Amino acid sequence: MKQSTVIWIVVMILAGAYLSWRAINYQAGAVYVAPKVITDVESGNSITTWSQVPDVDRDKPGVEFSLARTLGIWLSAIFTLAIFSFLFGDNVVYKIAESIFVGASAAYAMVVGFWAAFMGIFVAQLAPQFSQSTFIPGDDRTEPEWMMLIPLAMGIMFLWRLMPVGGWISRWPLAFFIAVFAGLRLVSHFEADFVVQIKSTILPLIVFAEDGSFDLKTSLWNSIMVLGTLSCLTYFFFSVEHTGVVGKISRVGIYLLMITFGVGFALTVMSRYSLLIGRMNFLLKDWLNLGASL
Amino acid sequence: MLKRTVPIVIASVVGFLLIFAKFSPPISSWENEVVMWFDILAVFAFVLGAGNLNLNNLKKISERKEGWGYAAITLLAFWITLICGIGKLGVPPNERYLTYLWSGEYDAEGSSFWWVFNYVYVPLAATMFATLAFYISSAAFRAFRANNVEASLLLITALLVLVAQTSSGPMLSELIPEDSLFAIFKIDTIRGVLVNLFNTLGTRAIMIGIALGVVSTSLKVLLGVDQSYLGGD
Amino acid sequence: MDKFWQTLADLDRRWLFAVTFLAISIPLLTGIVLPQKVTPMVENVFNAIDELPSGTKILIPLDYDPSAEGELQPMADAFVRHAAQKKHKLYFMTIWPTGVAMIQRQIATLKKEYPEYEYGKDYVNLGYRPGYEGVIKLITSDLPKLYGSDQQGTPVSKISMMAEIDSIKKFPLIVNVSAGDPGLKQWVQYAATPFDSIEIVGGTTGVQASTLYPYIPNQMIGMIAGIKPAAEYEKLMFEKYPEIEEVPSSNMANVYMTSQEAAHFMLIAIIILGNVVMWQTSGKRGRS
Repeated sequence: MKQSTVIWIVVMILAGAYLSWRAINYQAGAVYVAPKVITDVESGNSITTWSQVPDVDRDKPGVEFSLARTLGIWLSAIFTLAIFSFLFGDNVVYKIAESIFVGASAAYAMVVGFWAAFMGIFVAQLAPQFSQSTFIPGDDRTEPEWMMLIPLAMGIMFLWRLMPVGGWISRWPLAFFIAVFAGLRLVSHFEADFVVQIKSTILPLIVFAEDGSFDLKTSLWNSIMVLGTLSCLTYFFFSVEHTGVVGKISRVGIYLLMITFGVGFALTVMSRYSLLIGRMNFLLKDWLNLGASL
Repeated sequence: MLKRTVPIVIASVVGFLLIFAKFSPPISSWENEVVMWFDILAVFAFVLGAGNLNLNNLKKISERKEGWGYAAITLLAFWITLICGIGKLGVPPNERYLTYLWSGEYDAEGSSFWWVFNYVYVPLAATMFATLAFYISSAAFRAFRANNVEASLLLITALLVLVAQTSSGPMLSELIPEDSLFAIFKIDTIRGVLVNLFNTLGTRAIMIGIALGVVSTSLKVLLGVDQSYLGGD
Repeated sequence: MDKFWQTLADLDRRWLFAVTFLAISIPLLTGIVLPQKVTPMVENVFNAIDELPSGTKILIPLDYDPSAEGELQPMADAFVRHAAQKKHKLYFMTIWPTGVAMIQRQIATLKKEYPEYEYGKDYVNLGYRPGYEGVIKLITSDLPKLYGSDQQGTPVSKISMMAEIDSIKKFPLIVNVSAGDPGLKQWVQYAATPFDSIEIVGGTTGVQASTLYPYIPNQMIGMIAGIKPAAEYEKLMFEKYPEIEEVPSSNMANVYMTSQEAAHFMLIAIIILGNVVMWQTSGKRGRS
């Protein structure tokens, strides 16, 4: 047996022993829930829903240990560690976790789209009486909205792409889809990212304070903003060769862009570490109940 | 004609309708209708994506390609999540309509779909992105090198902003009196200048360039010049 | 000495992973919270919510998923707590499928910490609608067309606080928390820019933040970009509303910031060390 395998086996055994000790003595990963009974006065029907309670409330009356949610926390921890195992190299455990993620995320989006849009808009408008008797009891629509047949037909054409024959018909709703994106974005980008941005760059280069004195700080700020933006734009202007004066201005533009990318890099780094901190918080606090004691 | 011309005509008519609707209030109701259909069509995009996922993975399993076991796991996870969600398994009815068993929220706390999302999807999604932090540390050691003027500018800016995004940096620069000449070297001031001035001007230039690119690309699609979205014949 | 620099140059990256793990875990375990200095941008965002009269209608689109939860959840919690403290009317919605669960978390917070808040009168969950930025485009002119019912399936005509809401132009303020596209950028492009009456403040990830600064202040009042400004926001909350500090999860951003601080200094040290190693080893290679 290879030395690394032996080391891994020993590490796993020790980790397992520690986790068992933590689970038994410190209730690691345990979840407690409290019931809430809702009764319908008219029919006399009632249901009980369960909500998680914080650890400090676990001894209150009515609060029970939830096996399903506790197993869930342990499964979450296993999945987290499975993904982290990729840091040591690609492995079977990581691939299994990744496969589960791909499947679950595709299904999640479908479920949300189904209930939010297909049932909530389509069926509710096309078959109001059916939806009132099942999913949306409070809905007071009476007449079907026949215009909904148009997007329904487009949707079926869209899905025909999966069929072995006639898949070309999906190009029609696809063209509609692309056109809406193109039409919306053309106007929005032109207005918000072009016109208004140019307007925001039209600033006075010489500014006087309210008392009439020269405001050096604001004047300098505005000058750098205007001239800096122009030099960065010059760098992206490829219709003129970047030589001579244009070349020098574009050089300044590159340096300013490097400062921009430096800021972006720092913010991105902060962002990535925050995500890791979130997961470590889950592992250390929510799962292992660490913090005050090791 | 049906395969290429009709889609191009659809794209042009719909696209230009949306553009003109911005400037013509009488046709804005048509704009709303078109956008509504677009919103509903997006649901079918999800279904198409899921359908493709199933087809590709089933093909992989039937042909016993390398990694077909993982394809089976993907499909299993997909169908379990789908059945839990669409079937509203474990979902209590709406509080106001207790006799309507299917009236509850599909993601109600305690339901099977809620369980799958919170204990399967959340840890996997969150950890996938959290792992990047480790690679940033590794890349910082190997790749972030001040080889030339541009790279040095980038790194120095990044280091200054990183220090400014802590508690210690601003606290230490509190030692510099507000009214002294050195006040411009306070880390807060430096950060403010870098982020609100230099970052803004650079990003603004990029934004203007991208806006022009979006306009030209959109016009190419709407005028039928760019037909790449239709694929081959 | 040459061997020392060469060893460093060939360092196995797993050592760096281990250092990263320790830099983040140890501060979390100690629970130390460091003081924060509030920046003007965060103050502007805080005041945008705080200076509104009590009971103002606020639209809160939560456009993020669990992969960004570590960074955005503290600020989303802070926004919702702040708005609830001011007794504003809260309208939740999302244009991300996974945003539905994020809204659920905020509603759970409201139910626990503000039990006087009543669904349908003080807050409503409009849920998710597909269509990316098309949703924003549509609801700027006709909200009930797309949102005929709320997340629970109740028709909006039966929800009292939806009575006069025919479009998002009726909201004096939109507080968007977003992790990418579609998100804050699209809210600015489709809602705030065309309509002067729509004011927006945002919370976003550091990744997206640098691309949004040009929108401030003409198209957006301000934004919370990442965990540090979120910690500053929490500090402002504790100063104005001290009772919030007693809520266990109310200082999550401040708790995270200690680990963040350690990570930042660790990264700075790694970058400097990497460059020193490069100079030492490339100098040797040049000479030989």
